[in-house]
Amino acid sequence: MWAFTYPSLPLSSVMATHGHKTSSLLSSVCLYSSGWQKEGPRSLTMSGHVGFESLPDQLVNRSIQQGFCFNILCVGETGIGKSTLIDTLFNTNFEDHESSHFYPHVRLKAQTYELQESNVRLKLTIVNTVGFGDQINKEESYQPIVDYIDAQFEAYLQEELKIKRSLFNYHDSRVHVCLYFISPTGHSLKTLDLLTMKSLDSKVNIIPVIAKADAISKTELQKFKIKLMSELVSNGVQIYHFPTDDETIAKINASMNGHLPFAVVGSMDEVKVGNKMVKARQYPWGVVQVENENHCDFVKLREMLICTNMEDLRDQTHTRHYELYRRHKLEEMGFMDVGPENQPLSLQETYEAKRHEFYGERQRKEEEMKQLFVQRVKEKEAILKEAERELQAKFEHLKRVHQEEKLRLEEKRRLLEEEIIAFSKKKATSEIYQNQTFMTPGSNLRKDKDRKKEPGYRLELLCFDVRACETIGGRKDAEEAPILCKTKVPDHRRSSQAKAIKMLEVCFDFLAVFI
Amino acid sequence: MDPLRQSPSPSSSQASSPRTLSCEGLGYVGIEAVLDQLKIKAMKMGFEFNIMVVGQSGLGKSTMVNTLFKSKIWKSMMPGLRVPTPQTLQLHSVTHVIEENGVKLKLTVTDTPGFGDQINNDKCWDPILGYINEQYERYLQEEILITRQRRIPDTRVHCCIYFVPPTGHCLRPLDLEFLQRLCRAVNVVPVIARADSLTIEEREAFRHRIQDDLKTHSIEVYPQKCFDEDINDKILNSKIRERIPFAVVGADREHMVNGRCVLGRKTKWGIIEVENMAHCEFPLLRDLLIRSHLQDLKDITHNVHYENYRIVRLKESHALPRGPGWVNLAPAPPTAPGPAPTGTRASPGPAKVCRWAEDNSDEDF
Repeated sequence: MWAFTYPSLPLSSVMATHGHKTSSLLSSVCLYSSGWQKEGPRSLTMSGHVGFESLPDQLVNRSIQQGFCFNILCVGETGIGKSTLIDTLFNTNFEDHESSHFYPHVRLKAQTYELQESNVRLKLTIVNTVGFGDQINKEESYQPIVDYIDAQFEAYLQEELKIKRSLFNYHDSRVHVCLYFISPTGHSLKTLDLLTMKSLDSKVNIIPVIAKADAISKTELQKFKIKLMSELVSNGVQIYHFPTDDETIAKINASMNGHLPFAVVGSMDEVKVGNKMVKARQYPWGVVQVENENHCDFVKLREMLICTNMEDLRDQTHTRHYELYRRHKLEEMGFMDVGPENQPLSLQETYEAKRHEFYGERQRKEEEMKQLFVQRVKEKEAILKEAERELQAKFEHLKRVHQEEKLRLEEKRRLLEEEIIAFSKKKATSEIYQNQTFMTPGSNLRKDKDRKKEPGYRLELLCFDVRACETIGGRKDAEEAPILCKTKVPDHRRSSQAKAIKMLEVCFDFLAVFI
Repeated sequence: MDPLRQSPSPSSSQASSPRTLSCEGLGYVGIEAVLDQLKIKAMKMGFEFNIMVVGQSGLGKSTMVNTLFKSKIWKSMMPGLRVPTPQTLQLHSVTHVIEENGVKLKLTVTDTPGFGDQINNDKCWDPILGYINEQYERYLQEEILITRQRRIPDTRVHCCIYFVPPTGHCLRPLDLEFLQRLCRAVNVVPVIARADSLTIEEREAFRHRIQDDLKTHSIEVYPQKCFDEDINDKILNSKIRERIPFAVVGADREHMVNGRCVLGRKTKWGIIEVENMAHCEFPLLRDLLIRSHLQDLKDITHNVHYENYRIVRLKESHALPRGPGWVNLAPAPPTAPGPAPTGTRASPGPAKVCRWAEDNSDEDF
């Protein structure tokens, strides 16, 4: 904490000096005004002209350099005169075309204009609701408006929370004032109006106006106004009241507060009245002058909106509505000013704590997922192993079966071979025996045909021939041959060989008989 | 231009690019009245201004401040009654509310006795930078609260007047070091103190040498060239830049000269009038600080220096390692976030405050 010292100047010595060209401060010690929050600063009297009275001018110069920014939102049914009123207010033809009545949803259309009057530059943004009150089902009518206002606040909040920000040349698009156009039925507020105003009153400064006021007579107008205000009050709608805390404008503001809502007529057409051209609407029964205070409250509206309270409207938007939005938004995100032990928490700390928490959460989730994944993999692996084992078992089994089969077949083959050998032995013995018994000269290798011609003696030679054929034919024939002896003759044999074999059989029988 | 400004599409609620229309010829609208509204609001709220004076002792800082604001902000120090020089640099602030023609100004003056007075003046700028950064930190903390105050109290130092001793040669190493570091954190206005010990020619030579020194070391003093917005500013500011640093003399006593009562210093060879442009350049300093550039000083502090501090601060709190017991923001670094902030952040301890309680026993407020 900084210690503040108190000036120890005796008042008398200062006051004795020059009252000439200095300001009137010498006579009074300035009291601690309510604008300061610090403790301790004491007032000081100066002994000469210092010159900081030019401070407001410096401020004004800077503002002139930067330019001003003002955003108006006009809410009202199609055709109620919003665009015309804005044109009349700012004395300019902003846009020409009329809107259609057939939009399915309420939209907002915003346009920015740069106006200049003497050396003051104003960046004016007019936001119009298009299609408000046209739909058959009006339940969603006011939501787009609320969303738009919130979006502007959000954009500003985002800019403010950035690390590298440039607030001083940020185009402020937050809505500063909402002109709500009430249609001149003369009875009371419509439900739609009530609902819309109720949802907007905490977000924006609302100034209700009675549009097309030339449709109501004076007496009806008074009653209508009273009815409207009482309805607004009884429903708890907070409309904007002009500030009455500054003496210079308190009186006029207070009296204007009594005239709310303003009954306005807008027109850009000029009509000659008397000897000058005024903005007016011409009817067969008379001329309604826009700028005539007896005819409508247009001048009051312009006075209040632009000349007297524009700065206050902007101020209220920034310090009240925007701060409210900001607080809600940040609290929604979980930030608090005061921590669990009532220690003041900073935004930064909370943010970091949240980030930490979020990362922790994310880490945990990652771990979980990893574990799940690992588990699944294990399961799958087990299944696959199981399948592998089964396959292995099957393979083993098959192999065994195969082995057995092979052994059996080997066995069979061995048997068959033994038989072949036995058979060939038999043949050999019988042949030897025949050789011994039948000592016929001649070559063994006589042809079949020759032998066939000689009956009786061709048997043994036939045997030789067959065997020679068999040996030439290969083992395959040899294997089949004994089978042939036992079984019937296969068809694919040459008929001569078949015959020969048949002969052989007959001869054996014959021999058996002889021996 | 803001990237939100696009042509209106049917489904969006974006604003179109601004068209320029003049409503001059069609009658009165009343936009001008917003200037009056601004003025009224400003007068109601009042202004704040924080100034810091830095320099070795005996250069006339307190007297200068008294002369600037034409009041006894500091009790003037008679040579005999001086408080012994403090062993370490201490800062102390005084706040006053002064009013002129309905305009209220809350003035805070911070003095730095003991600056550059020790044998070893190494790092004597650290407490000063720490103080400046602490003010920024306070403002930042207020700004990021959820429920903010309607108007955040502004204690940031808007201007730092640096007193250069009138050696007549050039800037000393201490001066150069200090100026280099401070120019990045705050608006610095160097002045040649006790200029009555230099003749006019010596003053000019000294001034040129100082300007060359500043240019060589690329020290940007206020008004900074890079913030000139348009041609008018450039012209105005370059005139000022030619005369920086101002050769000033401070005096809070009045003497009679030619029948007029003027502030001045009386010597055996004449009276040096403080507000006489032929004698010293005090009026220039006063005009710069108060009459013409006060708002600009505040703006540059708010839009440039404070934003720079904020950027560095918000970035570094992300880079801190997260460990047990880490809850608070890092303590604000003492050095200015300009040339190569070092990795080791030695916290200097808050700048010490001392009370003048013993002296002012005879106060009657």
